[in-house]
This record gives sequence, structure tokens and C-alpha cells, in this order.
Amino acid sequence: MLRSKVFLRAIMEMSMNKIQSIRKDWNLIESLIRDNSRVLDIGCGEGDLIQQLEKNLSAKVHGIEKNQELALNAIAKGLSVTHGDAEKDLSQYSNQSFDYVILSQTLQAMVEPKKILSELLRVGSKAIVSFPNFGHWKIRLQLLLKGRMPITEGLPYSWYDTPNIHFFTLKDFQNLCNEMNIVIENSIGLTSKGKQFPINGSLLSANIITSEAIFLLSYKDFEPIKIKSSNKIFVKNSAIVN
Amino acid sequence: MSNIELIDDNNLKCRFAIFKNANLKLASGEVLKNFNLAFNTFGSLNENKTNAILICHALTGDQYVTGHNPITGKDGWWARMVGPDKPIDTNKFFVICSNVLGGCAGSTGPKEKNESGQDIYGADFPSVTIKDMVNAQSKLMDALQINQLCSVVGGSMGAMQALQWSIDFPDKIKSVIHIAGALKHSAQNIAFHEVGRQAIMNDLNWHKGNYASNNSIPERGLAVARMIAHITYLSDDAMHRKFGRKLQSRDIISFGFDADFQIESYLRYQGRSFVERFDANSYLYLTRAMDYFDHSESFKKTLEFIHNPNEHLKYLVISFTSDWLFPTRENREIVEILNSLSKNVSFLEIETDKGHDSFLLDEPDLDVAIKGFLESNYGNEHE
Repeated sequence: MLRSKVFLRAIMEMSMNKIQSIRKDWNLIESLIRDNSRVLDIGCGEGDLIQQLEKNLSAKVHGIEKNQELALNAIAKGLSVTHGDAEKDLSQYSNQSFDYVILSQTLQAMVEPKKILSELLRVGSKAIVSFPNFGHWKIRLQLLLKGRMPITEGLPYSWYDTPNIHFFTLKDFQNLCNEMNIVIENSIGLTSKGKQFPINGSLLSANIITSEAIFLLSYKDFEPIKIKSSNKIFVKNSAIVN
Repeated sequence: MSNIELIDDNNLKCRFAIFKNANLKLASGEVLKNFNLAFNTFGSLNENKTNAILICHALTGDQYVTGHNPITGKDGWWARMVGPDKPIDTNKFFVICSNVLGGCAGSTGPKEKNESGQDIYGADFPSVTIKDMVNAQSKLMDALQINQLCSVVGGSMGAMQALQWSIDFPDKIKSVIHIAGALKHSAQNIAFHEVGRQAIMNDLNWHKGNYASNNSIPERGLAVARMIAHITYLSDDAMHRKFGRKLQSRDIISFGFDADFQIESYLRYQGRSFVERFDANSYLYLTRAMDYFDHSESFKKTLEFIHNPNEHLKYLVISFTSDWLFPTRENREIVEILNSLSKNVSFLEIETDKGHDSFLLDEPDLDVAIKGFLESNYGNEHE
């Protein structure tokens, strides 16, 4: 409870800059999603992103939100949102029941990021994961020069009250994907000034200038096969993975 | 030929739907040839008949959901939720609430005269289930010429009816608001009901249910049943907050069995006042109907069934952290099934110490959720 209050206050105190950068993050996420898709947003907050996707892409959306107040506000907008903890509740969703599962700025706050990552790609055909890059030069510099846990615009918390419990860099994430046989279909970096660039071969420099990263992931670049059938269950669970 | 008559009752301040030769087949196999439903409506039905909401009452509720209740002389049981400019806004919505089949506020039940018109049903009334109540309500909707309800809303036994509506008549509703209910009545809940029923049936005034012809009322038994049930509607924390160990009208304990403690006095009052407005047999029948409610197997199967037109349905499920009668866990079972089938569902668990009764009390988050859910879904279709 205390943590969520601290978290809420931090959100409210966030500068306009940060809010704009979140919107930018959302627009990038939107650009990765096809029209009329089924989208699940984990940690959907008040549901602004899924509302945007519903409106702009005619997406069929659903959200999961842990905080009661945020979930309530999303539900009051008429959005389909489950109040709960994604780390426990993702298991209730069927295999491949969404086209995209979004985990925006939340992976670093999860207890078991690896398990979550595999859950994302069980529930969704594709996963969109965005996170703050702990390898950004400002963070490296702060740790190097001050010798203390870095506090930046993107990671504005002190070590003792941060919801972020797993810090990782761009490179760490790519290595994990590799290890889990996850295909990175697309990856976009944002600098701390909000400049956008593709993350590819030049990993060393990307890992330094990327403040926030957005990844589009899948197990393989496949199209879900939907077999026409009058049986509803069959249609819904018939996407073939791997 | 079945025939339906709608009449206004000025004394009881409600309306009656009188079904003759309706031959309502009950889940038990018995048939009610004729039956009545007492109901009330609030607000007005729009031209396209798209703004109707059915509110299903809980175990001891009635058709007086809001406004003045002439039986108790108090406000309706959900007056804080339903009315002009209230969360369920009767300026926008046409609200219907009917007394359940088997109830005792005017609808056909053990307190009413049987089909011969001579005697009171008493214990001869057939067993009714939640399914039967909903079936009767759907006939009322037909009588009111409402093809599709904008929403069915209910808490506790009302939530069971709302769920039953979504199973039996999905095409006749657009959305369901299910508050503090469950897929099935748990063993613990059946146990509490059984203790209440035993209290009634062991009252010498019960006369095997035919107390009307013996000019007696099993008051003591019914009061005890209510006292037990009332404890289950609260929570340990709320009871402690409200009463603690405070003494009633005295400074020291009496070393006797008077109502020394405020909680005792409160429960005795609850028991006493309940007897004035509720029928003991009705209590037996309705608690039994709740006990028989079990969709732990059938809910998912029904949703998956190809001929069950439920694709359009929207669900809102709400639970309360301190509700131990219909705990979050049991409400979540419904949500889990709906999510596993990719249905349009929202779920909210509201943090409160007020227990199961929270849905009737001042819970601002409940108001916001219900109002937002109803109005955004209604608004989206009428823009």
C-alpha cells in the first residue's frame, strides 16, 4: 500500500517532459500494432494507452492493473480491465488469446522478469516490451563519478523506495531474448531528449545513448493460423506456436 | 391461453404483474400455473427501449430499491445507489426491480394464497431456485415489452441472479454487474444458512411451515436466523470498530445474560426488526435457492456453447477485501473463466473493512465503477 502511494505521488510529480515522453513511447507502441488486433496491456494504469489503441486502431483491448485507484479509473471509462497482479494472473489467459501483449515500463518492477517474458509470448503472438536502459551514459556516469545509485528523469527513485527491483541494460535484455530463443522483430531506442532511432548492429553506442528501449518480440515471425470452424474454442486456441 | 395483467397497487406503492395460465415450470419439475410478481420502476423508458436496467435484490431485499418503502417506512434498500443523479441515474436509465419468486413483499411465495385461492401456501409452496426467479423476471420483461436490458445488476443473491441471466438469456441483456457473488454457494455459506433454518424450524410456532393457519409466527427462530446471518454480513474489523467491547446502557457488566454488550443489543434489535418485515418460510425457501446455486461446472461450458449468444456481453465483477461470505477468491473464479475465454470483463476488488454488506453501504469506489461502466457503455452506443 505504502509503495503504491509513493508510486502514485511520483507519477503525479512527474514533469510534463516525462509525460510527453510517455506519450511518445505510446505512439511508438501504436506504430508497431496492426489494426483490429487483440491487445493486452499489462500495468495499464488508467487505461489511456489501450483507449488510444481502441480509438485509433479499432483494437479489441484488455488491461491488467494492480493499483485499485488506477484500475477503477480505467473501468469507469468503460474499458475492460482486470484489477490484479499480472505476475499471478497472467496464467488465467489462454494460449495465444491476444495478438499483442504490451509491457510498458514495467519489466524492471517484476519479481520474475524471465517468467513474465515467456508468459507474454504464451498469451500473445507478439510482445511489446519497453523499459528504461540502465546502460545509458548518464546512469553510467553517475555511478562512476558519484559512486551512488543513479537517479535520473527516467528512473527518478531513491534505491529504498523504488518500485524497480531488476535493473538491466539493453545488452542484458538482448542476451536474455537470445537465451530464451525469442526473436527481436523490431527495436527502437529513445534518447533522453526523446530522439528516436533504430537499435541494431551498433549495439555498443545504442546501449550508451538509449534512455528508453522498445522491443517487438515473438518466438518466430509467424502468422497465427486460424482455422475456420463453427466451434468457438477451436478458433480461439488454434494459433500454432513454434 | 396464458394471460398477463399489469396493475398498480396504490396501498403497497408498487405494481403487480399477474400471470395466469402461465404454467411456469420450475427447476424442481413442479409447475406454477399462476403467479404474481410485485415490482417497481423508476425513471422512464426511452423510445427505443434501450435504457432499461434490471436490479436484482439480495436475500431479504424487495422491489423498493429506492424511494419510500411503505412496508418499513424507510428509504429503499439501495436508495444511495439508485435515483435521480445517483450512480444508477434514473434521469438516464429506466430501472426495474421486482420481488423474487418465493419472496414475501408481494410476489408469489409461501406467504401468499395458493392456486385454489383458499389457503396460504406455507410449506406446500414448491422449491424455487435462482434459475426460476430469473425465468419469472424474464417473463416480466416480456410483459413490459423490453427486448433487451441495458444491464442486469445485483449484489449477493442479486449477483447470482445477474449471473443466471447471462447464462439463460444472454441475448436479452447487454451487460452484467455482478457484485459480491460467486459461481456457487460455498459449504460455509450453506452451513450458516442451515443454522438459520434450524433456528426457524425448531421454533414451536413454526408448525411445519403452516403457522398461518395456527395463527402464530416463529418470531424467535426467525430473529435468531437473522442474527446469525447478520454476523456474516459484517467483518471482524468493522464489528470491532463499531462496537468493540462497549457496554450497552450500563457502566459495569451484569454477571447475567442481559445484553451487556452493544453488539448483543445491536443483534437483538436486528433480529426483532427483521421479524416485522420478513416471512419465516420465505427465508427458508430463499436461503435454499441460494444453497442450490452452483455454476462451477456449467458456467464455462455454457459460454463455450456455440448456440449461446454471449459474444456481445460485457461483465463487471466487483468484490470487497473484507467480505468473507463471498470472498474475492470466489468472485475471481468468474473473472478467470471469462478471461480464459477472452470475454469483455472488468474486475475490481475494493479495499474496505465493511464486509459483505459493503455493496449496500457508502463505498465511493463502488459508485464510480458502476456509474462509469453503465454510462460509458450506454454512451458509446448512443453517440
